[in-house]
Amino acid sequence: MTSANAGEWPLWEIFIRSQHGLAHKHVGSLHASDAAMAVKNARDVYTRRNEGVSIWVVRSADIVASNPDARDELFDPASSKVYRHPTFFPMPEDVKHI
Amino acid sequence: MYAQQVDTGLAKVQSNAEMDAAERAFQARIDADVKIEPTDWMPEAYRRTLIRQIQQHAHSEIVGMLPEGNWIGRAPSLKRKAILMAKVQDEGGHGLYLYAAAETLGVSRDKLVEDLHAGKAKYSSIFNYPTLTWADIGAIGWLVDGAAIMNQIPLCRCSYGPYARAMVRICKEESFHQRQGYDIMLSLARGTPEQKAMAQDALDRWWWPSLMMFGPPDADSVHSAQSAKWKIKLLSNDELRQRFVDQTVPQADYLGIAMPDADLRWNEARGHYDFGAIDWSEFHNVLKGNGPCNRERLAARVEAWEDGAWVREAAVAYAAKEVLRQKEAA
Repeated sequence: MTSANAGEWPLWEIFIRSQHGLAHKHVGSLHASDAAMAVKNARDVYTRRNEGVSIWVVRSADIVASNPDARDELFDPASSKVYRHPTFFPMPEDVKHI
Repeated sequence: MYAQQVDTGLAKVQSNAEMDAAERAFQARIDADVKIEPTDWMPEAYRRTLIRQIQQHAHSEIVGMLPEGNWIGRAPSLKRKAILMAKVQDEGGHGLYLYAAAETLGVSRDKLVEDLHAGKAKYSSIFNYPTLTWADIGAIGWLVDGAAIMNQIPLCRCSYGPYARAMVRICKEESFHQRQGYDIMLSLARGTPEQKAMAQDALDRWWWPSLMMFGPPDADSVHSAQSAKWKIKLLSNDELRQRFVDQTVPQADYLGIAMPDADLRWNEARGHYDFGAIDWSEFHNVLKGNGPCNRERLAARVEAWEDGAWVREAAVAYAAKEVLRQKEAA
Protein backbone atom coordinates (compact mmCIF):
# COMPACT_ATOMS: atom_id res chain seq x y z
CA MET A 1 0.00 0.00 0.00
CA THR A 2 1.23 3.46 -0.84
CA SER A 3 1.41 5.52 2.32
CA ALA A 4 -1.09 8.34 2.61
CA ASN A 5 0.33 11.83 2.37
CA ALA A 6 0.69 13.69 5.64
CA GLY A 7 -2.63 15.28 6.55
CA GLU A 8 -4.81 13.02 4.38
CA TRP A 9 -8.07 12.34 6.20
CA PRO A 10 -8.51 8.73 7.32
CA LEU A 11 -10.67 6.33 5.30
CA TRP A 12 -14.03 5.12 6.65
CA GLU A 13 -16.20 2.24 5.51
CA ILE A 14 -19.86 3.15 5.19
CA PHE A 15 -22.80 0.86 5.99
CA ILE A 16 -26.39 1.89 5.22
CA ARG A 17 -29.62 0.29 6.43
CA SER A 18 -32.05 0.74 3.57
CA GLN A 19 -35.35 0.00 5.34
CA HIS A 20 -36.49 -0.83 8.82
CA GLY A 21 -35.90 -4.49 9.42
CA LEU A 22 -33.02 -4.99 7.00
CA ALA A 23 -29.37 -5.25 8.05
CA HIS A 24 -26.85 -2.48 7.43
CA LYS A 25 -25.03 -3.15 4.16
CA HIS A 26 -21.60 -1.99 3.06
CA VAL A 27 -21.96 0.64 0.33
CA GLY A 28 -18.47 2.04 -0.07
CA SER A 29 -15.91 4.22 1.65
CA LEU A 30 -14.95 7.86 2.04
CA HIS A 31 -12.45 10.14 3.73
CA ALA A 32 -13.31 12.22 6.80
CA SER A 33 -11.32 13.80 9.60
CA ASP A 34 -13.51 12.29 12.35
CA ALA A 35 -16.55 10.07 12.89
CA ALA A 36 -19.07 12.93 12.92
CA MET A 37 -17.81 14.18 9.56
CA ALA A 38 -17.84 10.63 8.19
CA VAL A 39 -21.57 10.36 9.02
CA LYS A 40 -22.27 13.75 7.40
CA ASN A 41 -20.30 12.92 4.28
CA ALA A 42 -21.91 9.47 4.06
CA ARG A 43 -25.30 11.15 4.07
CA ASP A 44 -24.28 13.36 1.13
CA VAL A 45 -22.42 10.70 -0.84
CA TYR A 46 -24.53 7.59 -0.27
CA THR A 47 -28.11 8.67 0.56
CA ARG A 48 -29.03 11.32 -2.02
CA ARG A 49 -32.06 9.29 -3.14
CA ASN A 50 -33.58 8.04 0.11
CA GLU A 51 -31.34 4.97 0.14
CA GLY A 52 -31.12 4.84 3.90
CA VAL A 53 -32.69 5.22 7.29
CA SER A 54 -29.50 4.61 9.27
CA ILE A 55 -25.75 5.03 8.72
CA TRP A 56 -22.83 3.21 10.36
CA VAL A 57 -19.26 4.39 9.84
CA VAL A 58 -16.18 2.34 10.76
CA ARG A 59 -12.57 3.31 10.30
CA SER A 60 -11.20 1.13 7.49
CA ALA A 61 -8.10 0.48 9.56
CA ASP A 62 -10.26 -1.13 12.26
CA ILE A 63 -11.75 -3.78 9.96
CA VAL A 64 -10.33 -7.27 10.40
CA ALA A 65 -10.80 -9.43 7.33
CA SER A 66 -10.16 -13.09 6.54
CA ASN A 67 -7.05 -13.81 4.53
CA PRO A 68 -7.89 -14.53 0.87
CA ASP A 69 -5.13 -17.19 0.83
CA ALA A 70 -7.05 -19.04 3.56
CA ARG A 71 -10.14 -19.26 1.39
CA ASP A 72 -9.87 -23.02 0.83
CA GLU A 73 -9.30 -24.01 4.45
CA LEU A 74 -12.03 -21.64 5.67
CA PHE A 75 -14.76 -22.36 3.18
CA ASP A 76 -14.11 -25.73 1.55
CA PRO A 77 -15.29 -27.77 4.57
CA ALA A 78 -18.80 -26.39 4.12
CA SER A 79 -19.08 -27.44 0.50
CA SER A 80 -19.16 -31.18 1.31
CA LYS A 81 -21.88 -30.82 3.92
CA VAL A 82 -24.86 -30.68 1.61
CA TYR A 83 -27.07 -32.19 4.34
CA ARG A 84 -27.11 -28.73 5.91
CA HIS A 85 -29.60 -27.71 3.23
CA PRO A 86 -33.24 -28.78 3.53
CA THR A 87 -33.31 -29.85 -0.14
CA PHE A 88 -30.94 -32.73 0.80
CA PHE A 89 -33.92 -34.61 2.28
CA PRO A 90 -36.52 -35.68 -0.29
CA MET A 91 -39.98 -35.73 1.25
CA PRO A 92 -42.81 -38.00 0.08
CA GLU A 93 -45.33 -36.01 -1.92
CA ASP A 94 -48.15 -37.05 0.40
CA VAL A 95 -46.48 -35.43 3.39
CA LYS A 96 -47.57 -31.80 3.67
CA HIS A 97 -46.38 -28.74 5.57
CA ILE A 98 -42.77 -29.83 5.93
CA MET B 1 -14.83 6.92 -22.93
CA TYR B 2 -14.35 8.73 -19.65
CA ALA B 3 -11.14 6.71 -19.77
CA GLN B 4 -10.20 7.09 -23.41
CA GLN B 5 -6.70 5.75 -23.86
CA VAL B 6 -5.51 3.60 -21.02
CA ASP B 7 -1.93 2.39 -21.28
CA THR B 8 -1.57 -1.21 -20.06
CA GLY B 9 2.21 -0.94 -19.97
CA LEU B 10 2.34 -4.06 -22.14
CA ALA B 11 3.50 -4.00 -25.76
CA LYS B 12 1.08 -6.76 -26.75
CA VAL B 13 -1.45 -9.16 -25.33
CA GLN B 14 0.18 -11.73 -23.10
CA SER B 15 -0.31 -15.29 -24.33
CA ASN B 16 -0.86 -18.13 -21.87
CA ALA B 17 2.66 -19.43 -22.60
CA GLU B 18 4.17 -16.11 -21.50
CA MET B 19 2.33 -16.18 -18.16
CA ASP B 20 3.67 -17.70 -14.98
CA ALA B 21 1.53 -20.02 -12.84
CA ALA B 22 0.05 -17.19 -10.74
CA GLU B 23 -0.83 -15.16 -13.84
CA ARG B 24 -2.46 -18.19 -15.48
CA ALA B 25 -4.53 -18.86 -12.34
CA PHE B 26 -5.52 -15.18 -12.28
CA GLN B 27 -6.58 -15.25 -15.95
CA ALA B 28 -8.54 -18.45 -15.33
CA ARG B 29 -10.52 -16.71 -12.57
CA ILE B 30 -11.30 -13.81 -14.92
CA ASP B 31 -12.31 -16.21 -17.71
CA ALA B 32 -14.66 -17.91 -15.22
CA ASP B 33 -16.21 -14.50 -14.40
CA VAL B 34 -14.98 -14.59 -10.80
CA LYS B 35 -14.61 -11.02 -9.51
CA ILE B 36 -11.14 -9.91 -8.43
CA GLU B 37 -11.19 -8.28 -4.98
CA PRO B 38 -8.67 -5.85 -3.44
CA THR B 39 -6.86 -8.42 -1.26
CA ASP B 40 -6.55 -11.00 -4.08
CA TRP B 41 -3.26 -11.45 -5.88
CA MET B 42 -3.17 -9.65 -9.22
CA PRO B 43 -0.49 -8.98 -11.86
CA GLU B 44 1.19 -5.59 -11.43
CA ALA B 45 0.19 -4.58 -14.98
CA TYR B 46 -3.49 -5.26 -14.18
CA ARG B 47 -3.25 -3.19 -10.99
CA ARG B 48 -1.47 -0.29 -12.69
CA THR B 49 -3.81 -0.29 -15.69
CA LEU B 50 -6.86 -0.28 -13.45
CA ILE B 51 -5.48 2.58 -11.36
CA ARG B 52 -4.96 4.57 -14.58
CA GLN B 53 -8.40 3.73 -15.93
CA ILE B 54 -10.36 4.31 -12.73
CA GLN B 55 -8.55 7.53 -11.95
CA GLN B 56 -9.15 8.91 -15.46
CA HIS B 57 -12.76 8.07 -14.93
CA ALA B 58 -12.86 9.71 -11.47
CA HIS B 59 -11.06 12.84 -12.65
CA SER B 60 -13.54 13.10 -15.54
CA GLU B 61 -16.45 13.13 -13.11
CA ILE B 62 -14.83 15.86 -11.01
CA VAL B 63 -13.61 18.03 -13.90
CA GLY B 64 -17.00 17.43 -15.56
CA MET B 65 -18.62 19.43 -12.76
CA LEU B 66 -16.95 22.59 -14.09
CA PRO B 67 -18.62 23.12 -17.50
CA GLU B 68 -22.04 22.51 -15.95
CA GLY B 69 -21.32 24.47 -12.78
CA ASN B 70 -20.79 27.41 -15.13
CA TRP B 71 -24.58 27.57 -15.65
CA ILE B 72 -25.92 26.99 -12.12
CA GLY B 73 -26.09 30.73 -11.45
CA ARG B 74 -27.75 31.42 -14.79
CA ALA B 75 -30.22 28.55 -15.13
CA PRO B 76 -33.45 29.89 -16.67
CA SER B 77 -35.70 28.92 -13.75
CA LEU B 78 -35.49 27.89 -10.11
CA LYS B 79 -36.59 24.37 -11.09
CA ARG B 80 -33.85 24.04 -13.72
CA LYS B 81 -31.34 25.41 -11.23
CA ALA B 82 -32.29 22.90 -8.52
CA ILE B 83 -32.11 20.04 -11.06
CA LEU B 84 -28.71 21.16 -12.34
CA MET B 85 -27.36 21.45 -8.81
CA ALA B 86 -28.54 17.90 -8.09
CA LYS B 87 -26.87 16.67 -11.24
CA VAL B 88 -23.56 18.39 -10.52
CA GLN B 89 -23.68 17.02 -6.98
CA ASP B 90 -24.18 13.53 -8.44
CA GLU B 91 -21.06 13.98 -10.58
CA GLY B 92 -19.11 14.84 -7.44
CA GLY B 93 -20.50 11.68 -5.82
CA HIS B 94 -19.52 9.59 -8.84
CA GLY B 95 -15.99 10.95 -8.62
CA LEU B 96 -15.87 9.93 -4.95
CA TYR B 97 -17.13 6.37 -5.58
CA LEU B 98 -14.45 5.97 -8.23
CA TYR B 99 -11.61 7.48 -6.20
CA ALA B 100 -12.53 5.05 -3.42
CA ALA B 101 -12.43 2.15 -5.91
CA ALA B 102 -8.98 3.27 -7.12
CA GLU B 103 -7.74 3.52 -3.54
CA THR B 104 -8.51 -0.17 -2.95
CA LEU B 105 -5.67 -0.84 -5.42
CA GLY B 106 -3.17 0.75 -3.04
CA VAL B 107 -2.87 4.32 -4.28
CA SER B 108 -3.67 7.22 -1.95
CA ARG B 109 -6.33 9.84 -2.66
CA ASP B 110 -3.79 12.63 -2.39
CA LYS B 111 -1.55 10.94 -4.97
CA LEU B 112 -4.49 10.68 -7.40
CA VAL B 113 -5.30 14.37 -6.97
CA GLU B 114 -1.62 15.31 -7.30
CA ASP B 115 -1.36 13.39 -10.59
CA LEU B 116 -4.35 15.26 -11.99
CA HIS B 117 -2.99 18.64 -10.94
CA ALA B 118 0.47 17.86 -12.29
CA GLY B 119 -1.06 16.94 -15.67
CA LYS B 120 0.18 13.33 -15.27
CA ALA B 121 -3.32 11.83 -15.19
CA LYS B 122 -5.82 12.40 -17.98
CA TYR B 123 -9.52 13.07 -17.92
CA SER B 124 -12.03 12.84 -20.77
CA SER B 125 -11.37 15.19 -23.71
CA ILE B 126 -15.04 16.23 -23.70
CA PHE B 127 -14.70 18.45 -20.64
CA ASN B 128 -12.23 20.73 -22.38
CA TYR B 129 -14.99 22.29 -24.46
CA PRO B 130 -16.78 25.45 -23.26
CA THR B 131 -20.48 25.72 -22.31
CA LEU B 132 -21.43 28.86 -24.23
CA THR B 133 -25.22 28.82 -23.92
CA TRP B 134 -27.92 27.20 -21.76
CA ALA B 135 -28.57 24.76 -24.64
CA ASP B 136 -25.10 23.31 -23.98
CA ILE B 137 -26.37 22.03 -20.62
CA GLY B 138 -29.10 20.18 -22.52
CA ALA B 139 -26.62 18.83 -25.07
CA ILE B 140 -24.22 17.64 -22.35
CA GLY B 141 -26.91 15.70 -20.49
CA TRP B 142 -28.33 14.21 -23.66
CA LEU B 143 -25.09 13.44 -25.54
CA VAL B 144 -22.23 13.35 -23.05
CA ASP B 145 -24.12 11.49 -20.33
CA GLY B 146 -25.74 9.34 -23.01
CA ALA B 147 -22.30 8.35 -24.29
CA ALA B 148 -21.11 7.78 -20.73
CA ILE B 149 -24.01 5.41 -19.98
CA MET B 150 -23.26 3.45 -23.14
CA ASN B 151 -19.76 2.76 -21.86
CA GLN B 152 -20.58 2.35 -18.20
CA ILE B 153 -23.33 -0.24 -18.39
CA PRO B 154 -20.95 -2.96 -19.64
CA LEU B 155 -18.42 -1.90 -16.98
CA CYS B 156 -20.90 -2.99 -14.29
CA ARG B 157 -19.78 -6.51 -15.32
CA CYS B 158 -16.02 -5.75 -15.30
CA SER B 159 -13.61 -8.09 -13.51
CA TYR B 160 -12.62 -5.81 -10.61
CA GLY B 161 -15.22 -5.96 -7.83
CA PRO B 162 -14.94 -2.45 -6.35
CA TYR B 163 -14.97 -0.85 -9.84
CA ALA B 164 -17.98 -2.93 -10.94
CA ARG B 165 -19.88 -2.03 -7.77
CA ALA B 166 -19.12 1.69 -8.20
CA MET B 167 -20.38 1.47 -11.80
CA VAL B 168 -23.67 -0.10 -10.66
CA ARG B 169 -24.32 2.86 -8.36
CA ILE B 170 -23.29 5.35 -11.04
CA CYS B 171 -25.45 3.81 -13.77
CA LYS B 172 -28.51 3.96 -11.54
CA GLU B 173 -28.00 7.72 -11.24
CA GLU B 174 -26.89 8.55 -14.80
CA SER B 175 -30.18 7.99 -16.56
CA PHE B 176 -31.65 10.96 -14.66
CA HIS B 177 -28.79 13.03 -16.13
CA GLN B 178 -29.47 11.98 -19.69
CA ARG B 179 -33.20 12.53 -19.41
CA GLN B 180 -32.86 15.98 -17.84
CA GLY B 181 -30.59 16.93 -20.77
CA TYR B 182 -33.06 15.69 -23.36
CA ASP B 183 -35.84 17.48 -21.48
CA ILE B 184 -33.93 20.77 -21.85
CA MET B 185 -33.43 20.07 -25.57
CA LEU B 186 -37.15 19.27 -25.95
CA SER B 187 -38.15 22.56 -24.33
CA LEU B 188 -35.82 24.49 -26.63
CA ALA B 189 -36.88 22.57 -29.74
CA ARG B 190 -40.55 23.30 -28.97
CA GLY B 191 -39.80 26.94 -28.14
CA THR B 192 -39.23 30.06 -30.25
CA PRO B 193 -37.19 29.91 -33.48
CA GLU B 194 -34.29 31.46 -31.53
CA GLN B 195 -34.50 28.74 -28.88
CA LYS B 196 -34.62 26.01 -31.51
CA ALA B 197 -31.58 27.58 -33.18
CA MET B 198 -29.78 27.43 -29.82
CA ALA B 199 -30.51 23.70 -29.60
CA GLN B 200 -29.17 23.17 -33.13
CA ASP B 201 -26.07 25.25 -32.38
CA ALA B 202 -25.34 23.19 -29.25
CA LEU B 203 -25.75 19.94 -31.20
CA ASP B 204 -23.43 21.29 -33.91
CA ARG B 205 -20.70 21.94 -31.37
CA TRP B 206 -21.11 18.84 -29.15
CA TRP B 207 -21.81 16.08 -31.68
CA TRP B 208 -18.27 15.40 -32.90
CA PRO B 209 -16.59 15.79 -29.50
CA SER B 210 -19.20 13.34 -28.14
CA LEU B 211 -18.22 10.75 -30.76
CA MET B 212 -14.56 11.27 -29.81
CA MET B 213 -15.41 10.34 -26.21
CA PHE B 214 -15.32 6.66 -27.18
CA GLY B 215 -11.61 6.97 -27.94
CA PRO B 216 -9.54 6.21 -31.05
CA PRO B 217 -10.69 3.73 -33.72
CA ASP B 218 -10.16 0.07 -32.81
CA ALA B 219 -7.34 -0.24 -35.33
CA ASP B 220 -5.36 2.40 -33.40
CA SER B 221 -6.24 1.19 -29.90
CA VAL B 222 -3.09 -0.72 -29.04
CA HIS B 223 -4.03 -1.47 -25.44
CA SER B 224 -7.65 -2.49 -25.92
CA ALA B 225 -7.00 -6.19 -26.53
CA GLN B 226 -5.17 -6.73 -23.24
CA SER B 227 -7.83 -4.74 -21.36
CA ALA B 228 -10.51 -6.87 -23.03
CA LYS B 229 -8.70 -10.06 -21.94
CA TRP B 230 -8.67 -8.73 -18.37
CA LYS B 231 -12.38 -7.83 -18.73
CA ILE B 232 -11.86 -4.23 -17.75
CA LYS B 233 -12.98 -3.18 -21.23
CA LEU B 234 -15.96 -5.14 -22.45
CA LEU B 235 -16.88 -3.59 -25.80
CA SER B 236 -14.61 -1.95 -28.36
CA ASN B 237 -14.47 1.80 -29.00
CA ASP B 238 -15.98 1.48 -32.47
CA GLU B 239 -18.75 -0.87 -31.31
CA LEU B 240 -19.80 1.56 -28.57
CA ARG B 241 -19.57 4.55 -30.93
CA GLN B 242 -21.81 2.84 -33.50
CA ARG B 243 -24.38 1.95 -30.82
CA PHE B 244 -24.37 5.55 -29.65
CA VAL B 245 -24.92 6.92 -33.16
CA ASP B 246 -27.72 4.42 -33.83
CA GLN B 247 -29.48 5.32 -30.61
CA THR B 248 -29.01 9.09 -30.82
CA VAL B 249 -29.89 9.94 -34.45
CA PRO B 250 -33.63 9.14 -34.03
CA GLN B 251 -33.63 11.24 -30.84
CA ALA B 252 -32.31 14.23 -32.83
CA ASP B 253 -34.92 13.56 -35.52
CA TYR B 254 -37.63 13.76 -32.87
CA LEU B 255 -36.26 17.13 -31.74
CA GLY B 256 -36.30 18.31 -35.36
CA ILE B 257 -32.61 19.20 -35.33
CA ALA B 258 -29.89 17.67 -37.49
CA MET B 259 -26.49 16.13 -36.83
CA PRO B 260 -23.70 18.26 -38.37
CA ASP B 261 -22.65 15.39 -40.63
CA ALA B 262 -23.37 15.39 -44.39
CA ASP B 263 -22.33 11.72 -44.62
CA LEU B 264 -24.78 10.48 -42.01
CA ARG B 265 -27.31 8.05 -43.47
CA TRP B 266 -29.07 4.81 -42.62
CA ASN B 267 -27.38 1.79 -44.15
CA GLU B 268 -30.06 -0.80 -44.73
CA ALA B 269 -27.54 -3.56 -45.50
CA ARG B 270 -25.56 -3.05 -42.27
CA GLY B 271 -28.59 -2.22 -40.16
CA HIS B 272 -26.66 0.75 -38.79
CA TYR B 273 -26.12 4.42 -39.53
CA ASP B 274 -23.03 5.27 -41.58
CA PHE B 275 -21.35 8.43 -40.39
CA GLY B 276 -18.60 10.77 -41.55
CA ALA B 277 -14.89 10.70 -40.71
CA ILE B 278 -13.94 11.94 -37.26
CA ASP B 279 -11.18 14.56 -37.05
CA TRP B 280 -8.75 12.63 -34.85
CA SER B 281 -6.16 15.41 -34.99
CA GLU B 282 -8.58 17.51 -32.93
CA PHE B 283 -8.97 14.65 -30.41
CA HIS B 284 -5.21 14.16 -29.98
CA ASN B 285 -4.69 17.89 -29.75
CA VAL B 286 -7.25 18.17 -26.93
CA LEU B 287 -5.67 15.19 -25.11
CA LYS B 288 -2.29 16.89 -25.38
CA GLY B 289 -3.68 19.86 -23.49
CA ASN B 290 -4.54 22.19 -26.33
CA GLY B 291 -8.34 22.09 -26.25
CA PRO B 292 -10.33 25.30 -25.80
CA CYS B 293 -10.52 24.95 -21.99
CA ASN B 294 -7.74 22.57 -20.82
CA ARG B 295 -5.77 25.25 -18.97
CA GLU B 296 -8.86 26.83 -17.45
CA ARG B 297 -10.19 23.47 -16.19
CA LEU B 298 -6.94 22.42 -14.53
CA ALA B 299 -6.40 25.88 -13.06
CA ALA B 300 -9.91 25.76 -11.54
CA ARG B 301 -9.19 22.35 -9.93
CA VAL B 302 -5.82 23.46 -8.56
CA GLU B 303 -7.33 26.68 -7.20
CA ALA B 304 -10.14 24.77 -5.46
CA TRP B 305 -7.61 22.36 -3.92
CA GLU B 306 -5.34 25.15 -2.69
CA ASP B 307 -8.17 27.33 -1.41
CA GLY B 308 -9.51 24.33 0.52
CA ALA B 309 -6.19 23.51 2.19
CA TRP B 310 -6.93 25.46 5.36
CA VAL B 311 -10.26 23.62 5.75
CA ARG B 312 -8.58 20.22 5.45
CA GLU B 313 -5.88 21.23 7.93
CA ALA B 314 -8.37 22.74 10.38
CA ALA B 315 -10.49 19.56 10.32
CA VAL B 316 -7.45 17.41 11.12
CA ALA B 317 -6.41 19.77 13.94
CA TYR B 318 -9.95 19.73 15.35
CA ALA B 319 -10.12 15.92 15.22
CA ALA B 320 -6.76 15.66 17.04
CA LYS B 321 -7.92 18.14 19.71
CA GLU B 322 -11.14 16.20 20.28
CA VAL B 323 -9.20 12.95 20.80
CA LEU B 324 -6.98 14.73 23.33
CA ARG B 325 -10.02 16.19 25.15
CA GLN B 326 -11.65 12.79 25.40
CA LYS B 327 -8.44 11.34 26.88
CA GLU B 328 -8.23 14.16 29.44
CA ALA B 329 -11.88 13.69 30.42
CA ALA B 330 -11.41 9.92 30.89
